[in-house]
Amino acid sequence: MSKNLRFKSSKLVDETYRVSFKFNDKTYYGYKGDTLASALLANDVHLVGRSFKYHRPRGIMTAGSEEPNAIIQLHDNTSRTEPNVRATEIEIYEGLVASSQNCWPSVNFDIGGINNILSPILPAGFYYKTFMWPKSFWEKYEYFIRKSAGLGKSPKEADPDIYEHKYIHCDVLIIGAGLSGIMAAKMSAKNGLKTLLVDEKSFLGGSTIYDNSEFSKINNQITSSWLEKEINEISKLENLEIKTRTSVAAFHGYNFLLARENLTDHLPINQRENKIRHRLLKIRAKKVISATGAIERPLIFDNNDRPGILLSSAIKKYIDLYGIACGENNILFTNNDTAYETAMSLVQRGIKINAIIDNREEIESKLSYELEKNNIRIFKGYTVVDTYGYKRINGLSIMQLSKDGQKVIGKKIKLSCDSLGVSGGWTPAVHLFTQSGGKLKFREDDQVFIPNKYPSDQLSIGSCNGDLSLEDITTNTVLSVKKFLNINKTDYKTFEIITGINKSKRNIWLLPSDKILGKTKSFVDYQNDATAKDIKLALREGFRSIEHVKRYTTTGMGTDQGKLGNMHALGIISETAGTKIGEHGTTTFRPPYTPLTFGTIVGRNVGEFFDIIRRTPIHDWHVANNAKFENVGQWKRAWYYPKENENMHQAVQRESKAARDYAGILDASTLGKIDIQGTDASEFLNRVYTNAWSKLAIGKCRYGLMLNEDGMVYDDGVTTRLDENHYIMTTTTGGAANVLGKLEDYLQTEWPELDVYLSSVTDHYATISVCGPHSKKIVSKVIPDLDFSDEKFPHMSFKNTKIGQIKCRVMRISFTGEQSYEINIQSNYGKSVWEKCMEEGKDFNITPYGTETMHLLRAEKGFIIVGQDTDATMTPIDLQMDWIVSKKKYDFIGKRSLYRSDTIKDDRKQLVGLLTENPKEVLEEGAQIVADITKSPIEMLGHVTSSYYSPNLNKSIALGVVKGGKKMLGQKLIIPMENKNINVTVAHPVFLDEEGERLNAKL
Amino acid sequence: MFLINCPFCGEREQSEFKAGGEAHIERPKQPTELSDDEWAEFLFMRKNIKGVQFERWNHAHGCRKWFNIARDTSNDQIKTVYKMGEKPPVE
Ligand SMILES: [Zn+2]
Repeated sequence: MSKNLRFKSSKLVDETYRVSFKFNDKTYYGYKGDTLASALLANDVHLVGRSFKYHRPRGIMTAGSEEPNAIIQLHDNTSRTEPNVRATEIEIYEGLVASSQNCWPSVNFDIGGINNILSPILPAGFYYKTFMWPKSFWEKYEYFIRKSAGLGKSPKEADPDIYEHKYIHCDVLIIGAGLSGIMAAKMSAKNGLKTLLVDEKSFLGGSTIYDNSEFSKINNQITSSWLEKEINEISKLENLEIKTRTSVAAFHGYNFLLARENLTDHLPINQRENKIRHRLLKIRAKKVISATGAIERPLIFDNNDRPGILLSSAIKKYIDLYGIACGENNILFTNNDTAYETAMSLVQRGIKINAIIDNREEIESKLSYELEKNNIRIFKGYTVVDTYGYKRINGLSIMQLSKDGQKVIGKKIKLSCDSLGVSGGWTPAVHLFTQSGGKLKFREDDQVFIPNKYPSDQLSIGSCNGDLSLEDITTNTVLSVKKFLNINKTDYKTFEIITGINKSKRNIWLLPSDKILGKTKSFVDYQNDATAKDIKLALREGFRSIEHVKRYTTTGMGTDQGKLGNMHALGIISETAGTKIGEHGTTTFRPPYTPLTFGTIVGRNVGEFFDIIRRTPIHDWHVANNAKFENVGQWKRAWYYPKENENMHQAVQRESKAARDYAGILDASTLGKIDIQGTDASEFLNRVYTNAWSKLAIGKCRYGLMLNEDGMVYDDGVTTRLDENHYIMTTTTGGAANVLGKLEDYLQTEWPELDVYLSSVTDHYATISVCGPHSKKIVSKVIPDLDFSDEKFPHMSFKNTKIGQIKCRVMRISFTGEQSYEINIQSNYGKSVWEKCMEEGKDFNITPYGTETMHLLRAEKGFIIVGQDTDATMTPIDLQMDWIVSKKKYDFIGKRSLYRSDTIKDDRKQLVGLLTENPKEVLEEGAQIVADITKSPIEMLGHVTSSYYSPNLNKSIALGVVKGGKKMLGQKLIIPMENKNINVTVAHPVFLDEEGERLNAKL
Repeated sequence: MFLINCPFCGEREQSEFKAGGEAHIERPKQPTELSDDEWAEFLFMRKNIKGVQFERWNHAHGCRKWFNIARDTSNDQIKTVYKMGEKPPVE
């Protein structure tokens, strides 16, 4: 590169520290302190990507987080690879590798560029209108579109970096460390308030820190020097914490904010080992001061998107802060004074300015006078009508504006340039303010939205509040912060301001051209390729709401959320529709302000810490014995225990058979256990369960069904009366927490007069269930002191006993239909008691079984599983469980709903058994059940809820819910599957031992 | 995420609480006396207003107590917090 675009810089770039990096496979050099964008510009690289729809060459447009074009893929093909990174924000480091992402096969030759030639047929809504029709063609289009759209590549490997979350509480949070933010921080911290100041950039001072022209002074000092002294002073304040490289992503209600602190992205990869990459700060601030600045507006004219066209403020920043010229032959195009500051920065460095084009006919700033003295041409009352150059701007043409600004007149003048700086004035960055629920108002003078109503204890200051001049920022910041923080005295007296610019502006949202609109490409949203023409088309097609226009044209829907062009879209809409901008409101800005990585969002909650895992006290034994696990809520439950070559089906068949023929053992520790005490405990159970409880004798157990107030089954389980006023309730594994919550709700809100106390004791006990014909012999050996005879210890009763010195409770209850004992023992003894059962059961072929076998065994008995056979639309009557609904009780939760007009209907879905014609055929759970497949549409009668092959019955069994199923006993129905129709017969839902003889069989 | 001033524990983050819907809907003492319509009124009908609304909340991950709040649904501002059984504040 022969061009020297780098000038001496004092501010940010360390010219003693050279850094090499790769962009699109080519090696470049920059200096420490450069962003990827500044380093590329120093190498005269403007073309960095292709636009989304038309694949037009695009260059670096800005110098900040609002960048729409320079969106790159970082760390190609490594586990750190990251798409959609803004080159204007990434600080370069030795070995950085980046590439353009929105181009294929390469940025210089891009197949999608053909869209640019085809663009007359690519208007707004093009993708909706064309590719979605005919529907069957989408698959063919999709391949091509996705490949050439180049949305970046997501990493394929696990993220090697570490992230964390941190809570911060402070008195005052100040967002943005520009001029007003620094002043506010000083006032706040000096006033004794615990203050946090954050800024997204690596340095403090915002754009004021390089405001170093002779024409800008505060109290007789050059503005940047004045601010530097302020920064020096605040960095010593004790109450103030300053975080740079920290961008606020979200501003929620109650002054709760999320910010991303970037700790290692600027370091070479080999220095990131074991360091935290990003920290998500969860900030709760008593008061928030937004000093987020303003974003310069581009201007909307034909071909306003060529590489080499930048915001004028970006050109100023690159030269003043990084010492880089964006071109050797510059033109500035403006409607306000901002561009003159840029021009002055260029002139001071001796960089050529070919011309300044100004929409205004009269200009009164000191700077313009100064520039004209330097023989810089200023075209007043002119506009750019077109630009030239494909991969880099090489010229433009201008014409005079008519008096009303709606037309161009006179002769076209062509000018050459290699860089064009545009300025359409400023848009206050109110994104975070609106996120927090703040309401805006529209200021007609300079056509900006500014904060109007604060939803929480917060304040906007500086240019984000619409104070766009040095005088307004300094004076108003002091006044409003003093009032906001109740400060009596500050170091700030009056300000003596010298500035070269004034506020005048000639705002024309869409600049006229000598071409008809249909022939122009005036981009409003660069990232999504939405043009002024598209917006007008949307209006012509009847869209009125800004939110609809946004979605139809995709304006503002890119990763930059339209930070540059949204105002122009609004302006064009209101101009076209003949309405006022204030009436339309803005579109909603949503968090995050700039994109966050998934790593930042999840923090340390990855891998085994992704979610809470609950393990039973016997878990290690299951692992050691080859159990496969299933997740039930947060619990890991043993699912089945395959032996050597067994698959799941074989293991479950073996376990199921053993449990009925010999003995089975199940870890039931996950069942919810609620301890219920108090003089009204019986009455309470009477009210929450459908059946009667007052007469349950001490030492007895009873199965209970709990409904919602709407009559639908909510939970079930066995509750045992331990003493006069003491019960222990079991709930389903998944329902435990909700049942406790519901019971507390009734106790606290509906029946506060009841003397009842609830406590969750789920984790306190291990529960071991031993079932099967030999279960009694086994538990007798485990607990030799207890009399297990049927007379002393009948079905549905409980005993307090001891194993050695350890107290335990034994219940004789059954979920399998077999004789079954449940040992409840203090958790930490659970594993040893389980091992004791295994040892004593060895001679009886005791077989551990998991949840799958448990489900199969209970299905043989037709016992329901709440949540599998029910789905919150099933009453006990629907489940054919009328027997458990007390007719005598005056009231219980859900009772009244059981005879609502809807719940008494005959044709509700009801639980039935299903037997397949071919006993070997096992139905799929969830499969639809129909009666008639000849009529279309086929009426769906219900679906299969549980289905197994029963090794004990040697046939397939299933439960299902069927409309009016109760009356269909013996009727044939059809389960239509993909390749066949399966014939089934409706049966009673109890398949095995309907009389319950096995429970009490003498063995 | 808003802050709720639990009447038993003090100010805590919203994530510790569970919302329980509209407040001051008393379960009828004699449900069997009610017509289907009357019962449905209790069971299903809930207000969903823009403005100040009385709501039940439960400090689920704290003291487990239920209580009431008056919340402006348009901006999530909580006007008052009061215990179960207490009368709602008058506007
Ligand atoms: Zn509490």
